[in-house]
Amino acid sequence: MPDSGRKANTVTLTIDGQEVTVPKGTSLLHAAETLGTEVPHYCYHPGLTAPAQCRICLVEVEGAPKLQPSCVTMAQDGQVVHTESPAAKRMRQGVLEFYLVNHPLDCPICDMSGECKLQDYVFDEGREKGRGREPKRVFGRDDFGGDVLYYGDRCVMCTRCVRFMDEVARDSRLTVVDRGSRAVIDTFFDRGLEGASFAGNVVDICPVGALVSKDFLHKARAWDLDHTQSVCPNCSQGCNIELHTRDNLVQRLRPRENQEVNGHWMCDYGRANYEWMNRPGRLEEPAAGRGAKRRAVDWKRVLEHLFVQLREGSGAEVKVVGSASASNEALAGLAAVGGAAGDVSSRVFRSRRAADEVPLPGFPSLVRRRDLAPNVDGAGLLGFERTGDDGGGGGLEDLAGHDGVLVVLGDELADQGEDFGAGASLYVYLGTFDSPAARNADFVLPVTTFAEEEGSFVNAQGRVQRYWQGMQAPGSARPAWLVLGALAAVLGGDGTPASAEDVFAGLVAAHPAFAGLTYDALGDQGAALQKEAAHG
Amino acid sequence: MAYPYRHEKETRILSEGFGDPAARTVAGWKALGGYQGIARALEIGREATIDEVKASGLRGRGGAGFPTGLKWSFMPKDARRPHYLLCNADESEPGTFKDREIIRWTPHQLIEGCLVGSYAIGAAHCYIYLRGEFFESTLVLARALEEAYEEGLVGKDIMGSGVDIDMTLHVGAGAYICGEETGLMSSLEGRRGEPRVKPPFPAAVGAFGMPSTINNVETLAATPHILRHGGEWYRQWGTEKSPGTKLFCVSGHVNKPGNYEFPLGFPMMELIEDVCGGIRDGRALKAVIPGGSSVPIMSAEDCRECSLCYEGVEAAGSMLGCASVIVMDDTTDIVKQVRRMAYFYAHESCGQCTPCREGTTWATRILQRIEDGRGTEDDLDTLIEISEQMTGTTICVLSDSLAMPIISSIEKFRDDYLALIRRGERVGAA
Repeated sequence: MPDSGRKANTVTLTIDGQEVTVPKGTSLLHAAETLGTEVPHYCYHPGLTAPAQCRICLVEVEGAPKLQPSCVTMAQDGQVVHTESPAAKRMRQGVLEFYLVNHPLDCPICDMSGECKLQDYVFDEGREKGRGREPKRVFGRDDFGGDVLYYGDRCVMCTRCVRFMDEVARDSRLTVVDRGSRAVIDTFFDRGLEGASFAGNVVDICPVGALVSKDFLHKARAWDLDHTQSVCPNCSQGCNIELHTRDNLVQRLRPRENQEVNGHWMCDYGRANYEWMNRPGRLEEPAAGRGAKRRAVDWKRVLEHLFVQLREGSGAEVKVVGSASASNEALAGLAAVGGAAGDVSSRVFRSRRAADEVPLPGFPSLVRRRDLAPNVDGAGLLGFERTGDDGGGGGLEDLAGHDGVLVVLGDELADQGEDFGAGASLYVYLGTFDSPAARNADFVLPVTTFAEEEGSFVNAQGRVQRYWQGMQAPGSARPAWLVLGALAAVLGGDGTPASAEDVFAGLVAAHPAFAGLTYDALGDQGAALQKEAAHG
Repeated sequence: MAYPYRHEKETRILSEGFGDPAARTVAGWKALGGYQGIARALEIGREATIDEVKASGLRGRGGAGFPTGLKWSFMPKDARRPHYLLCNADESEPGTFKDREIIRWTPHQLIEGCLVGSYAIGAAHCYIYLRGEFFESTLVLARALEEAYEEGLVGKDIMGSGVDIDMTLHVGAGAYICGEETGLMSSLEGRRGEPRVKPPFPAAVGAFGMPSTINNVETLAATPHILRHGGEWYRQWGTEKSPGTKLFCVSGHVNKPGNYEFPLGFPMMELIEDVCGGIRDGRALKAVIPGGSSVPIMSAEDCRECSLCYEGVEAAGSMLGCASVIVMDDTTDIVKQVRRMAYFYAHESCGQCTPCREGTTWATRILQRIEDGRGTEDDLDTLIEISEQMTGTTICVLSDSLAMPIISSIEKFRDDYLALIRRGERVGAA
């Protein structure tokens, strides 16, 4: 028997013949989940209240007169639960048949096909042949405003969307209209989801294809999409996301659960801003030479030339422009290269700032932050100072005419003229796109976006979070950490880093703020910086 | 105005004032012994009031038959949070018209019952949830309540006792599901009338999240009499398990349909043949629905020895429900009758639970197809299976209420279905 202290806070029950101990207040559905058993469910969602109305999660509890909804029935000591008993299975088959009474079988043209819970459950446990001979009711399609379309015929009335808007967004814009099988989800009169800040989540949580994204409509089939774990790059909240890509193009962003950061949610602003990851016309090959003398040079030779020039100019005054969209690994490499090349007199970054924050009332730790870049805090910890205005421009007045070494990473210098860096003794430009202001660069080095590389960001909560590569880089563009790491290694005498993980390990050694962290420790949920360090 | 539904065999406790407009006033109700029940309750105290009702054996008249005193005793004893008494006056069960008569003839009987109930459970506020279509009842009750407030019978310091009990009339919008106890609470709070998952039970988390008790009109109306005369007095009528008197709403193919009050245990055939003057045009009895539409249908044979008490009707294979006896003669097309009821339940389903939302509609469509002569024998198996899937699988019992008539009608009147299926003809049309 467990000791008394443990006994007070946990309960031990038997589910499908397996004993399991869970904290008090755990639902049967959750308890089964810890054993790897998914009890089918629609209305239940871990981020919302449970109305227990879909009735497909009913399980047999020995001693109970009826099947019990596992989403709201709390585990109790000594309970014996059967999720696969004949009664439970028969009930599930019945509920699935009820769903199909009115659900259209338009899977071939439904966006949800392939990731639809109705499709999945019917395939698993539904009747082989339907008995419905009656015509199905028809509602048609409704534009809910914003990015959301509603296909009433497909709706299973789980009301997750209504509850999300009520409980999490706290912006009641959806409701159930009418009753019985005539019930549909609708907006209030002529006010829809337009202008709402988190409404895109209703598409994610819809278990079927009733709520779909206009942006994603008919764009890709679910089974053609590759999913990559990532971090939203559109503000400093760092919502955990998945990149869904096909043919090396991002098709959509989806939130990924992280209870410390974003729960199950993400904002519409972040979700909608992905097209830039697919922007064509990238810098693809490294090049050397100013203005008309610029020639493409392969990586080996360009790095050799750059190394020679950096060494020759060593002792010069170095000014570095970084980016709050660059990874910790890239920024640490940039700082190291700058330091090895001479005396760094300025390390700056520019970043756009929104006028206001946009909080999610029902999940207060999620806020669309003012900083519209993912690594403002990382840049700060690695010694970069913010400069310029809230539009991401200005602030480079004393760099434009700098006569020492100038290194620019990840800032397109859109507001700078062609004479930027004209007086620099050495001007290195690392970027994803060419720029008029890179005309005087001695070296133009193509680097990858966050979607094409591995790396980490520090979010506004002081949490270090990793992201993974979801796209192939164009041409011979390389991750900035690799380029800068190779240079720093030559300049500083260490070995060239073989992986982002190596760079991160070096970064941790060099920057006390990151003390104790490793890629393993970050995992896919990230880890908080030590408190003193984060504020220091 | 003479009340049209009278019979010398009746035992008139609740219905004594029916038909007498004078009984609608405080003075008229007091002339009938009114407001003595609450006076006694105030005198003997809360616990004793509950004990008296427990002793009477009074069972809930809304359909479930749960012992009223026991229900009251579930309320928490502390007064840290407000307690509410909810009077369910959303009488919507097809075939039922007893609460309406209590309200429109003897509104003070209900008000006094609400006072007794509120006092017993420590509620300083009682909500009376009235069915939306009860226009006349609403006017009568509103007027009576106004007078009761003026007379100091309701409100602050009722009858000089120091006890405060306020009452609010809340008129619904005409949804059957708002007569389900938790659906009523949702509706009262201004939400969609959707039943809620239990637990938590209303005595813990009820209306507005506070401990609440919900009682039917007829139940509450009986309590002043019990308090005035004592629980033992009430037990002189009825059976051991079903004490007291009950209003029976008889409708359908009888010569004298109406509301009649009898002790529980009254023989069903005596009610039909004697009190209600027998089947119209001297025809034969075909079927009876004894407790409002939500109970299994009884064949004429089932009715022979049936006595109208909770245990008696159960023994005959059905349920007493709210004692709304719907009588059908041999001209009745059972398939059409069940299809019409199915349409009602499909229309009134709130739409939360999948088996009810989809099952009631599907069953209605199948029944319609059978009625139209396009059914198959497989449809009957499907109907029975759908009905089984609708039983015990939902938050409230609305879909169970349709499942019972479907299953019982196919069991008992299978030939009616088969005749339509095989010949495409309607049975029974004379």
